[in-house]
Amino acid sequence: MTTTKTPSPSSPDDPVPISALQHYLYCPRQCALIHVEQTFEENLYTLRGRRVHEQAHESGGEVVAGVRLERALPLYSESLGLIGKADVVEFLPDGAPYPVEYKAGARKKRNADDVQLCAQAMCLEEMLGVSIPEGSLFYDRSKRRRVVAFTEALRETVQSAVQRVRELFEEATLPAPPADERCKACSLLDACMPYEVQHLHQRGVPDPFTVEDA
Amino acid sequence: MTELLNTLYVQTQGSYLRLEHDTLKLDIEGKTAAQIPLHHLGGLVVFGNVLLSPFLLHRCAEDGRSVVWLSQNGRFKARLSAPTSGNVLLRRAQHATLDCPERTLQLARRMVAGKLQNARTVLLRAAREASSPESEGTLRGAAALHAQAILGLPRLRYLDEVRGAEGDAAGAYFAAFNAMIRTQKADFTFTGRSRRPPRDRVNALLSFLYGMLRNECASALEGVGLDPQVGFLHALRPGRPTLALDLMEELRAPLADRFALTLINLGQIKPQDFTSRPGGAVELNETGRKTVITAYQKRKQETLTHPLLKKPVPVGLIPHVQARLLARHLRGDLLEYPPFFYR
Repeated sequence: MTTTKTPSPSSPDDPVPISALQHYLYCPRQCALIHVEQTFEENLYTLRGRRVHEQAHESGGEVVAGVRLERALPLYSESLGLIGKADVVEFLPDGAPYPVEYKAGARKKRNADDVQLCAQAMCLEEMLGVSIPEGSLFYDRSKRRRVVAFTEALRETVQSAVQRVRELFEEATLPAPPADERCKACSLLDACMPYEVQHLHQRGVPDPFTVEDA
Repeated sequence: MTELLNTLYVQTQGSYLRLEHDTLKLDIEGKTAAQIPLHHLGGLVVFGNVLLSPFLLHRCAEDGRSVVWLSQNGRFKARLSAPTSGNVLLRRAQHATLDCPERTLQLARRMVAGKLQNARTVLLRAAREASSPESEGTLRGAAALHAQAILGLPRLRYLDEVRGAEGDAAGAYFAAFNAMIRTQKADFTFTGRSRRPPRDRVNALLSFLYGMLRNECASALEGVGLDPQVGFLHALRPGRPTLALDLMEELRAPLADRFALTLINLGQIKPQDFTSRPGGAVELNETGRKTVITAYQKRKQETLTHPLLKKPVPVGLIPHVQARLLARHLRGDLLEYPPFFYR
């Protein structure tokens, strides 16, 4: 794959962080809170995640059993307008790259992790001019790897997610909260206030200009 | 929501705070007097001649821990400001709101409504616990004036009228303040609000608490990416944290005044905690400040039910919740700003 687009500092289509795709697929409001409103809340889950990533990112490169590991490898795709960082890219003895993403928890219901990994692979393909059929997600809790095949359907999901995230960034507003089961597991629950905001959207803010009897 | 971690207050002159791995070490005269894991601390407040190592400052900036420098007497001097300063669109919205007189008026009316509601609640609570029928009458009278002012707010068309209504109510509130003091009355007589300098013990205590609350409001606003200097109710003036003052208004009576009254009425603070200076100024001395800070830290961990969130929120986080609600209003997520109601 070759790149033809010249990056321009004044380009309105700034690259989308790969992490934003994952956030968007989980919840568009979460994505806007993090990437538009610049909200960040540390909680147990993000701290665990950070520790797992710090372990994964400790050194730049090493060789294990003929496989060269690149940790914290910067990624970009000019054709997709994506940037990010790979936890680990394994370079097999024949030079083929194989991305591995570290996850703190267990496997999740939604496909956000698969999309994130596929987006990393699509960046690597463009950067290295190769094709990458699969990669792995490593779940810290189970210490197991799960192989993800980069199918045409998954690649299309990546492309449409990039488009929708870019639209969200351009609009720069907060989508309404989902106030569903996602919120309970969300690291931004306290900052988002999904139930309270939904309540206020539906019933309005209490009137401060009335008085209760003494 | 940021976790409510302890704030470390250091007033030992000449002490040195430094970072060793993830631990804060407090050195006094070359000896480590205390060490605290950094993850237990939400912020640092240092009085007067207290030194902090650059690496400790770097780490606090990175983690978003607040660092505030006060004079030895507790007057605000400076605050650490970290490189990431939130959302530029939010600050744009903050300025755009100020440029729109109608929106500024709406916001100011709601902020004053919050202040008067909470002042009225404090007056009525004190009236129920009053030490004499006269005191009760005074307090109920002031509360009735607050009720009238609240009902009149929606009719006010100009910001100056809103400020006037707030000023009138504050006059009535402080005129009744003495009636809320039930014990140590001879030593703690409130003679009208005096600042710069405070001229009695009650004023000295109030000024100290207002200073702490103001710092917390400014930190909370910065925490959500708002500019503490760009306020709506208070007139802009260079160097004045007008948005912090705005946010403080609704919190003064429940978080500072009520707390000061508790310290006095329960005898937790004593006349010997204050020093009178020639010419009439009165200030809290070092033991007095220690007493107040310790009790205040405890108070911050206690919870109040937030009327909007309908769940218990630690007192120390209330400024943070309100700052966030204000930011959400300015960015259009909430149609109106909901002030905090003390119940």
